[in-house]
Amino acid sequence: MTDTRPPIAMLAELTHRCPLACPYCSNPLDLARQEQELDTDTWARVFAQAADLGVLQLHLSGGEPASRRDLEPLVTAARDAGLYTNLITSGIGLTERRLQALDAAGLDHVQLSLQGTDATMADTIGGYRGGFDRKMKVAEWIGTIGFPLTLNAVLHRRNLHQLPRAIEMAVEMGARRIEVATVQFHGWALRNRDAMMPTREQAREADAIVAEARARLKGTLVIDYVPADYHSDYPKRCMGGWGSTGLVVAPDGQVMPCHAASTIPSLTFQNVRDTALRDIWYDGPAFNAYRGTGWMQEPCASCERKTVDFGGCRCQAMAIVGDPAATDPVCIKSPHRDALTAQADAHAAASADLVYRIAPGKPVPEPAD
Amino acid sequence: MDPDAIPFLPRGVRLHHDRVRDAWVLLAPERAVSLDPVAHAVLSEVDGTRSLRQITAALAARYDAPAEEITKDSSGFFKALHDRRFLEVRP
Repeated sequence: MTDTRPPIAMLAELTHRCPLACPYCSNPLDLARQEQELDTDTWARVFAQAADLGVLQLHLSGGEPASRRDLEPLVTAARDAGLYTNLITSGIGLTERRLQALDAAGLDHVQLSLQGTDATMADTIGGYRGGFDRKMKVAEWIGTIGFPLTLNAVLHRRNLHQLPRAIEMAVEMGARRIEVATVQFHGWALRNRDAMMPTREQAREADAIVAEARARLKGTLVIDYVPADYHSDYPKRCMGGWGSTGLVVAPDGQVMPCHAASTIPSLTFQNVRDTALRDIWYDGPAFNAYRGTGWMQEPCASCERKTVDFGGCRCQAMAIVGDPAATDPVCIKSPHRDALTAQADAHAAASADLVYRIAPGKPVPEPAD
Repeated sequence: MDPDAIPFLPRGVRLHHDRVRDAWVLLAPERAVSLDPVAHAVLSEVDGTRSLRQITAALAARYDAPAEEITKDSSGFFKALHDRRFLEVRP
């Protein structure tokens, strides 16, 4: 495609290993094992290729990126490549000394996840006892060093009532931003819809809380908000349009247009071990599959919003409708919207135990239903 | 904005020349803001020591433009950056 522009952001999933076991983890069910992970030098080469391709923002994520012993040299390599380097972490695995080393390596920004606003909630959701207290310690060290901080609060039926406190905590920690992210049902979260789907009332209340806090905290705290997907009228503008602004590199070097793209069985992915990132971005079959609007069916093809939300999320169309080229069923124009509404309400009214994410290499548990 | 206030870029916000697109951008936490030549000229004057008054005077002299207009535009631009926490101000 000749009108494809360079990507702005790259998500580097350094590892799928993680001390936490969040039931909404966005990693795939088929997790990469440690021995499949790219080594330090290969990541450094990928970072340089990304910068040459036009990437400006690098997000170091996982799993838990601090589970990589070479995180510090990876940050050095990213900064040497000229990338703005962001660490997306639960905080577990970081010590004051490691944070100082990351500071010396040039780390630009830290995004710290929040599973709950108290130890009982956070440790239950994260499946890791002591995690909350440790995270609060890490937040203190981040503040002392002076890293700009974003708090990332993932919200769902069990903890949405904690949203006001999460916003307060962000202010207390001196965070400049908070991401208020209602769980998106991909990956492990898809198995936890009965346990985590927010109610419609919760979703409306969260809208109001965010609107009020945005006005009150203008100039103090920026609030980025991901509303409850299933209760919206229009789908999310997923990835800003497929293959248009960002790319994801999985721990084993597989390159994807979004972190959930491996759930679309018809796609073929390429790997940075043997193909240049530039070739994958511009010519890769997975990137060209849903780029632009040419792939669209009705009602997307003739919709005035087709370049607003690009038909929504391909992975969600796959997961719910079984066709990755269908209109995201969240859209009120989708013929599947009524069924989704009934399904969302049923999930929200259900009760189920949490199905936790497992460690790479372990057998995947069956869902409760 | 107080004309004697001193704007500065906080840690984690920096000007960056994007060599691939041959353009200036402001890099901030998880954001990249494209800068047009005017925005870049204004931000290039932000050095953490000079006040808004000094910055607009310098711009007015350099571009031979009315100081009042430049003050209005720069204040609006700084305010927008401040609201997004890309710029801080000290009195």
